[in-house]
Amino acid sequence: MTIEAPDAFSGGKTPHFEESARESLADSQLRRNLGKATQTIRNKRAVAVEEMPDWEQLREAGRALKSRTLRHLDEYLLQLEESVKQAGGQVHWARDGEEANRIIAGIAKSHDAGEVVKVKSIATDETKLNEYLKREGIEAFETDLAELIIQLAGETSSHILVPAIHKNRSEIRELFMQKLGVEDLSDDPPDLTNAARLYLREKFLKAKVGISGANFAVAETGTVCVVESEGNGRMCTTLPPVLVTLMGIEKIIPAWQDYEVFMQLLPRSSTAERMNPYTTFWTGVSEGDGPQEFHLVLLDNGRTEVLDDEIGRQTLNCIRCSACLNVCPVYERTGGHAYNSVYPGPIGAILTPQLVGIGKSGSDSLPYASSLCGACYEVCPVKINIPEVLIHLRGRVVRHKQDEGGLRGKLDPENVAMRAMAKTFSEPRLYEGAQKAARIGQWPLARSGAIHRLPGRLAGWTDARDLKPIPEQTFREWWRSRNGSGTHSGTRSGEGS
Amino acid sequence: MEIQERLGDPFGNPFGGGLVTPAREEILRRVRRATHDVPKDEHPEDVPVERGYRDKDDAPREEIVERFAERVAEYEATVHRADESDLPRAIAEACGRRGVRQLVVPAGLPEEWIPEDVETLRDAASSPLSNEELDRSDGTLTGCSLGIAQTGTIVLDAGEGQGRRALTLLPDYHLCVVREEQIVGLVPEAFAKLEETVKGEGRAITFISGPSATSDIELNRVEGVHGPRTLEVLIVG
Repeated sequence: MTIEAPDAFSGGKTPHFEESARESLADSQLRRNLGKATQTIRNKRAVAVEEMPDWEQLREAGRALKSRTLRHLDEYLLQLEESVKQAGGQVHWARDGEEANRIIAGIAKSHDAGEVVKVKSIATDETKLNEYLKREGIEAFETDLAELIIQLAGETSSHILVPAIHKNRSEIRELFMQKLGVEDLSDDPPDLTNAARLYLREKFLKAKVGISGANFAVAETGTVCVVESEGNGRMCTTLPPVLVTLMGIEKIIPAWQDYEVFMQLLPRSSTAERMNPYTTFWTGVSEGDGPQEFHLVLLDNGRTEVLDDEIGRQTLNCIRCSACLNVCPVYERTGGHAYNSVYPGPIGAILTPQLVGIGKSGSDSLPYASSLCGACYEVCPVKINIPEVLIHLRGRVVRHKQDEGGLRGKLDPENVAMRAMAKTFSEPRLYEGAQKAARIGQWPLARSGAIHRLPGRLAGWTDARDLKPIPEQTFREWWRSRNGSGTHSGTRSGEGS
Repeated sequence: MEIQERLGDPFGNPFGGGLVTPAREEILRRVRRATHDVPKDEHPEDVPVERGYRDKDDAPREEIVERFAERVAEYEATVHRADESDLPRAIAEACGRRGVRQLVVPAGLPEEWIPEDVETLRDAASSPLSNEELDRSDGTLTGCSLGIAQTGTIVLDAGEGQGRRALTLLPDYHLCVVREEQIVGLVPEAFAKLEETVKGEGRAITFISGPSATSDIELNRVEGVHGPRTLEVLIVG
């Protein structure tokens, strides 16, 4: 089955965003598909949000509820554990992906399940659960149409919400005819969908164990929910006698009432609908209805590290709607694969490096995959200030290089330049000296009031913009030349401009 | 840690290589360390949550019911309206149009709703229908717990006349009866009404907004993936 491409969560080295983006940008089919998809969802979302006079109040409530949860996460985790147990479920704790996988495989094995059905869960993509189960002799069937497509193709997701956005209908027809053994299949989307329905119905009826993620879990009542469109979520959480749900510890919400906020924010931000077709809310085990054994696996896997950063913490507000992907000018052009992570787009650019830890060259490049335009912040239903976190993480990446990069890090040109700049800007004498030197140095470069191209390593800056040259007379020189000649200069410490 | 792992789980949990409870303690320790900036005397309720959004639709009843009908229909579900006295006939007609021969009937469904000329597959706690029987049936007839006008959503809570979840999942046709007085205006009104069910018996709740759908192939919307591909709603007033 699927051999997943290694990504930031596989443990090995991943390429820099820039390198991977270059590959994606060269794929014109991918760019066309992505352009069409992101634009369609973007416009639909705007309409769905426009309809809501209280959208801003809902966003604010969503942000505040998440903040309340995260600041008191230990209490809420204990409360959730208690509620789920009270309702007949079992709760497991997993410090990392490996531990989560081991727990889930253990449950499947205890029921002699050689096959399990799964409903889309990014958490299980993060832990590489499918690969783990395969090594343990258990085959995991993805049941979301897009996940099925990419699983059959042996590829990875390129979008949180529509993972097969990079595949067109004729590619999918080929794939289904080859892998599902269907003859005589048109490339009409309803026909393709029906082929998947028939193939999966058999799997659903047979499965002994279902595996799901969770959109939310209520600490107060223990009620977990899966928000979906296709009905595969209902199938996986209803038909198998045993249900295992893997969820990140940040998915908790305090009270049942709080669903009224998130169930308004999520569908409109995600699929741009008033409400998604199906949502299942279950509270532990219900006698005679659905699985009679329920396991909730609580996953840390780096989340407590994110929590530990007071600016980065808001990243855990994320409800995985993918609105930020669809408005991002960078994502629209590069697609999801360039991020080398199960979390692509702007949210991925801040979540991935924090989850895997700063200091890994591939994911350290992600906070730079942005023009800081701020569109992601504007659409975020839980008000994550993504640009703020991006800049903060850039700082952490640079500091990490300085602190732990050894001699090579210290001699890194960016570091050397930044340190020299810092020194220059902090001392008036050096600053003025630098201005004078620059005025002399720039004469071969400045043309009609602008520098169009800088030499050597600095050329990158002027690739896409002009640079203003140092003027004939600086502000400080002008100030001193006024009558009275700058008696106030230098009276405040650190004055440097 | 490794020694503990070899010894197995000292706390009796059969899964997870014996580290389940130490994992719990460690995660809680990490969480507490990570939130050290939160003042010790701060309680969760001290973090302000401004609920400035709408929590009740003050529109006239008829307008709310009309909105519900419109929005359900926008999801490509079929919507009919009927008088109470006319309901059995409307149900029989719908089943006739669809060509239903075997109809799944949940426990607690009013007897007068069931058409005479169909074979009924009755589900009961003591004698539940098998998944195969449900899969082979032609359709299912249920009531509901609530309707939400704002979003065109039908809410099932596995109560009387609705049945367990599989009943409205495996058959390919779902005919759902919604009484006008069950329709609320806004999403928060629905969650408020459901609170008792969840906190009491803890029954599972399903939100249905149109038949299942996917946009996974080139973002073309296809109605009907899993679950009933046809949803028909009868609003009774």
